[in-house]
Formats: sequence, C-alpha cells, structure tokens
Amino acid sequence: MNIEKKKAKKITSWQQKQLFWGWIFIFPTMLGLIVLNIIPIFTTIYQSFFKTGDFGKGNIFIGVENYKQMFQDAQVWQSLFNTLKYAVIEVPFSIVIALILAVLLNRKIKGRGVYRAIFFLPMVAAPAAIAMIWRWIYNSQFGLLNHIFGTHIKWISDPKIAWISIAVIGVWSILGYNMVLFLAGLQDIPRDYYEAAEIDGASGIATLLHITVPLLSPTIFFVLVTRVIGAFQVFDLIYMVMDTNNPALGKTQSLVFLFYQYAFTEGNKGYGSAIVMLLLAVIMLITVVQMVLQKKWVHYN
Amino acid sequence: MKNKKLTPILIHVVILAFSIIMLLPFLWMILTAFKTVSETTSVNPFVILPKSWKTGSFSTVWNNMNFFSLYKNTLLLIFWRVVCACSTATFAGYAFARLNFRGKNIMFSLILFQMMIPSQIFIIPQYLMISKMHMTNTMFALVFPGLVTAFGTFLMRQAYMGLPKELEEAARLDGCNILQTFLYIMAPLARASLVALGIFTAVFAYKDLMWPLIVTTSSSKMPLSAALATMQGQYSSNYPQLMAASLIACLPMIALYLVFQKQFIEGIATSGGKL
Repeated sequence: MNIEKKKAKKITSWQQKQLFWGWIFIFPTMLGLIVLNIIPIFTTIYQSFFKTGDFGKGNIFIGVENYKQMFQDAQVWQSLFNTLKYAVIEVPFSIVIALILAVLLNRKIKGRGVYRAIFFLPMVAAPAAIAMIWRWIYNSQFGLLNHIFGTHIKWISDPKIAWISIAVIGVWSILGYNMVLFLAGLQDIPRDYYEAAEIDGASGIATLLHITVPLLSPTIFFVLVTRVIGAFQVFDLIYMVMDTNNPALGKTQSLVFLFYQYAFTEGNKGYGSAIVMLLLAVIMLITVVQMVLQKKWVHYN
Repeated sequence: MKNKKLTPILIHVVILAFSIIMLLPFLWMILTAFKTVSETTSVNPFVILPKSWKTGSFSTVWNNMNFFSLYKNTLLLIFWRVVCACSTATFAGYAFARLNFRGKNIMFSLILFQMMIPSQIFIIPQYLMISKMHMTNTMFALVFPGLVTAFGTFLMRQAYMGLPKELEEAARLDGCNILQTFLYIMAPLARASLVALGIFTAVFAYKDLMWPLIVTTSSSKMPLSAALATMQGQYSSNYPQLMAASLIACLPMIALYLVFQKQFIEGIATSGGKL
C-alpha cells in the first residue's frame, strides 16, 4: 500500500517536473512565435479591412473594399499571372536539370566534390549581387550574352521575354540546392536495384525513369512543394533587376513585389495586406492540390 | 560496348558545361570589376580581359560605401540571429521531442502552423511593431523577425528524437534533473544539428533583402544586402564599380564557404531537406 502510494507520488512529481521544465524550455520560443507570427497573422487579416489613411490619417474601416478593389485590379491579376509564369519556368527546369546533374554526379567521378561545390555556389552569394551581375550580362548594348550570341536582344526590357530572363536567373540560383537534396536522396537507393537493372540489360534512360525517379519520388515531391512555395514568393530578383521605369516591369512584377510596393513604397498597408492574403490563398490552394495529387505518383516504401 | 567508353566522357562534358555556366557570371563579375568604364562600354572590339587590372573601382566603392560599417552591421546581424535561433530552438526542440507535459501538442501545432505560412504575412505587423517602438534603423530591428525560429525548433526536435532514450534514463538514475540531463548529456549530442541550424540561419540572415530594406533607411545602419540594392540606383551604369561592390560584398561569405564547404552544404541543404 505504502509503496504504491510512494510510486504514485513519484510519478506525479515526475510529471510536475516535466510540466515545469517543459514550459520553461519552450517559453521563449512560444512567446516570440506568438508575438512575431501568430498575432501578426490576425493583424494582417484585420488590416486588410482598413484603408490606411494618406498623410498620417488613421485607419478607416472599409470592410471588404480592399478585396473588391483587388479582384477588379488588372495589375494584381497580371502580377499573379507573372508569378505563375515565373514558377512554371523556375520550378520544372531547376528540378529536371538538378535531377540529371545529381544522377550524373552520383557515381565515382573525378572531382565530384568540386562540381558539387560549384553548383551550390549561388546559394551563398547575396541575391542583390547575383541580380546585378546578371543584369550586366543581360545588358542589351554591352552585355556578355548579346556578344556571345551576336544579337541585340533587350533581355530584361522587352516585355515579351523579360519574364523568361528573370526566371533563368532563378533557375541558375536554385539549381545547386535542388541537386544537393537529390544527391542526398539518391544515396538512400539501394545498389541492388541498379545491379538488377543492369543484369536485365536496361538502358540508362530506362533505369532513370523506372528505378531512380520512382524511388526518389518522395524527395522530388518535397523539392517540388518547397520550390513552388519559394517561386511564388519571388521578390529579390524582380526588385533588383527591374527598374521602376523598365517597360517590362508590368509583365514581370510578382505578387510579393506588388505587395512590397503597396505596403512599403506607397504606404497603403491595408491594400498590401489584402494582396498578401491573396498570396496565402494561392499558395495554400496549390499546396493542397499537390498533396492530393502526390498519391498518384509518389512512392513511399 | 563502345558506349561503355563513351558514356563517362559524355558525362564529364555535360557536367563541365554546366560548371562553366555556373561559374561564368562570377568570373564576369571579377573581370568587369578590374576594367575601366570605357572598356566595359566598348563594343568593337568587345573587351573580355582588362588591358591592365585596375583596382580603382574597388577603392572608390570601398570609400564611398563605408564597407567597414556594412561588414560590421552584417556580422552583428548574423551573430544575433544565430545566437537567438540556436539558443531558443535547442531548448524548445528538446522539450518537444523528449518531455511530456500538458499543452505540448497544441504548442507544437503552432510551430507547424507557422512553418506553413508565407513569411510576407508577418512583415507589415512586424514593421508596425518596430515603428511603434521607434526602433527603425537599429540592430534590434534587423534581428527582430529572427528572435525565435519555428523551423529551427522543428529541426532540433527531429535531432533530439533521433537520440537513444537510454542515455536520459541512465542520467536520471545517476541523479541528474531535467535541466542537467539536457545540458550535460543531450545538448552536446545534438551539436551537429545545432551547427547546421547556425549555418542555415547565418546564410539566410546574410541573404535577406526585403526586411533590411524596410527597417533601415540610413546607410550607416544597413547590412550589405540592403546597401547593395541602394547603391545600384546611384551608380546605375558604372559597371566596374557595381561589380567591385558586389565582389566585396560576396567575398567573405564565399571564402567561408570554400573553407567549410561540407558544413555549409549540409547545413543549408540537409536542414532544408529535413522538413
């Protein structure tokens, strides 16, 4: 009887200790998270129902006016479309090229580490610097690219092609990151699969499509989901490469760029908040669709 | 059988070609930085290598942009972000992984919830807080969004979950309390993940552009990223100077990367991949 009581007491005191230390350990993180992230979500939603007064006037409640205005705003739809176009180039190309490079590097090859380091290099360079370099390469009069091809193309000021030029920088920047993730995933594929394929006389392409891609599909799925989310938040490149007087700006500016312009350049926090809510909705929608579709092509063992 | 010999060469050619594409922009930055303006605007002949390697652009931008203070601001920003992220995330990650207490699950769901939300949602309210505190143009403002990290907490939780339970039980039998068990036994074992989180935090603090643009307006308070963005407008067509400034801004991080290559790649990519 006594022993059981003691045991019970011991358990409760152990639980109390865990409760005490558990909360102490998570307290700084939770406090910061609530102040910096959780409350701001509601503030942004709240803010999106207000018109931010010009010249120091306070907030005026306008209900869903910002949203009404946004849904009729051709610039917002164009920006959403631009973002989508950017993602449609950046995501597939950065994934496919990275996958091919990862497969090629996933063998005993001379200088493997050096190649990996080279492909990963853009990840540690300042995006502002990368954008300036590419802007210089794209320069229509004196740029390297037009010199190499012997052309006079306005890479970043022709509205028809500027969005492709921007997306190419995006692909170049993120390629090595995707490749390293794929390389890590490839290491987990057992060698026997490839040996079996070799015995069966499967070609390199067949091995890639029927063994590597299905077995790597969880990694591919992860990279796809995070890349789509990343591509929809593109800002640095547009901000740095496109001047405000660039004739192609309207056809390249992304949703986040537009958000920045409204919220911080023009000081219209209410409308900026509405735009960012649209961004949230679009990202959520695409992520949910991908989660549903994954059942069709992702193989988990 | 012919294929067997050809394939490795072909593979090398493809990889080499891509390596050149990856390196060419960096090479072009370096070459341009050492040219004169007239060399960069000469079309016929197109100048690839500078006739003489001029360092004038470096000294001009170094003096005009006050790189000492830019380096200092960037270094402090990185330092505080890493200290805050690592110290808060390692405690919280351990609690979420190994302690059982009331309210844990709901708190952890907040962590996961934060990770799913695009960070732009938080920016206006975060800016309004900084502005209400009259803290714009301060180091505190730059560090502010990175005081805690949901992603880092998640990463550290994964790290602690991978450690064997027996160690904690042994420590407890030896009379360690929870804090001692954590500090002396578990935290040292999760060091590799903490280093990865530190590198991840450092690189992204260095690369962050939008937040520094929002909270710093005075050039003496800016980190490198915001200063580069601002200088682009001022030197719009002086490409040797723009490239010299880019090179000065990128060099320390690239040098660190070349030395700690393995840790960088693991820190950035592997932590990203663990989500």
